[in-house]
Amino acid sequence: MPPHDDHDHDHDHDHAHGDGQPHRHPPQRDHDADPASPYEVLERAIRELLIEKGVLTADEISAQVDLMDSRTPALGAKVVARAWVDPAYKTRLLENTRAALAELGIDIGTLADFRTVENTPDVHNVVVCTLCSCYPKLLLGIPPAWYKSLAYRSRVVVDPRGVLKEFGLVLPADTEVRVHDSTADLRYLVLPRRPDGTDGWSEEQLAEIVTRDCMIGTAVPEVHRTRPAAA
Amino acid sequence: MEIAPRFRPGDLVRVDDRMALGHCRTPWYLRGKTGVIASVHGAFHDPEKLAYHKPGLPRQVLYKVRFRQSDLWAGYAGSPRDQLEADIYEHWLIRADGEARSDSHAAA
Repeated sequence: MPPHDDHDHDHDHDHAHGDGQPHRHPPQRDHDADPASPYEVLERAIRELLIEKGVLTADEISAQVDLMDSRTPALGAKVVARAWVDPAYKTRLLENTRAALAELGIDIGTLADFRTVENTPDVHNVVVCTLCSCYPKLLLGIPPAWYKSLAYRSRVVVDPRGVLKEFGLVLPADTEVRVHDSTADLRYLVLPRRPDGTDGWSEEQLAEIVTRDCMIGTAVPEVHRTRPAAA
Repeated sequence: MEIAPRFRPGDLVRVDDRMALGHCRTPWYLRGKTGVIASVHGAFHDPEKLAYHKPGLPRQVLYKVRFRQSDLWAGYAGSPRDQLEADIYEHWLIRADGEARSDSHAAA
């Protein structure tokens, strides 16, 4: 075995281990689970081909991974808090989400367009992608595992109230539950309602109670429940 | 070139109940169901062609279609007001003016 072949090598051996020299491992494996699944093998083969043929560089792939890692629910929470304190901003967000996000310096790229759906006293929105896992990643980061699970995707369309109850959210019978199946080119952000008891709060304080699930629609903001601080 | 949408908000439409070979974005559970156009999203490249490395032309107008949950599922347990919205491309929609807004399978 080569002296430094202590992990799964899928890149050129132009670096050294254990000698303190900087080296890079683009893109890192997520975990050490072996053997690689067929999809991992396929992804690796395509990635290596793209690099070999000069379509992409390893640095570009790393940069994209870094971009995704930089997107977290804190970003969405900032948008929601702004909409709560600035009615004109809220109007712009509902009318043209892309432009309103750009106002806050948030670039959502060109792959998909975004829509914002507003919770009101009469309507509660919840988002799913029954076909796969469409999610506003460039605003909220990587989706939670349950969002991609077959159980959530299949059940929330048939029995949204039952699923929401399992999340701890019981909605009044006279509230309309509106499920959004993001089947195509649009990604959905739920604009939750600002809870009572937050009069006079700063925008930063407000953002702290906007959790990821509030922006998917499986929770609503509560005065005493704050979003965990970003790592 | 701007593509003129065939449907307007408020129009009744039925999702075509047909097979599709390969990739498509029309969920099975909505095929044959009747809903109402909630909004017109605009024209997008056709994902059924993009999936096979084609340019995705002609572009397809995409709509937000709103369904009553009680029309989608027999014995739906929630409120009769509950709705489901999905984004459906024009080539999957059939004008359903004059049809009862209900499950077409049940009506057939």
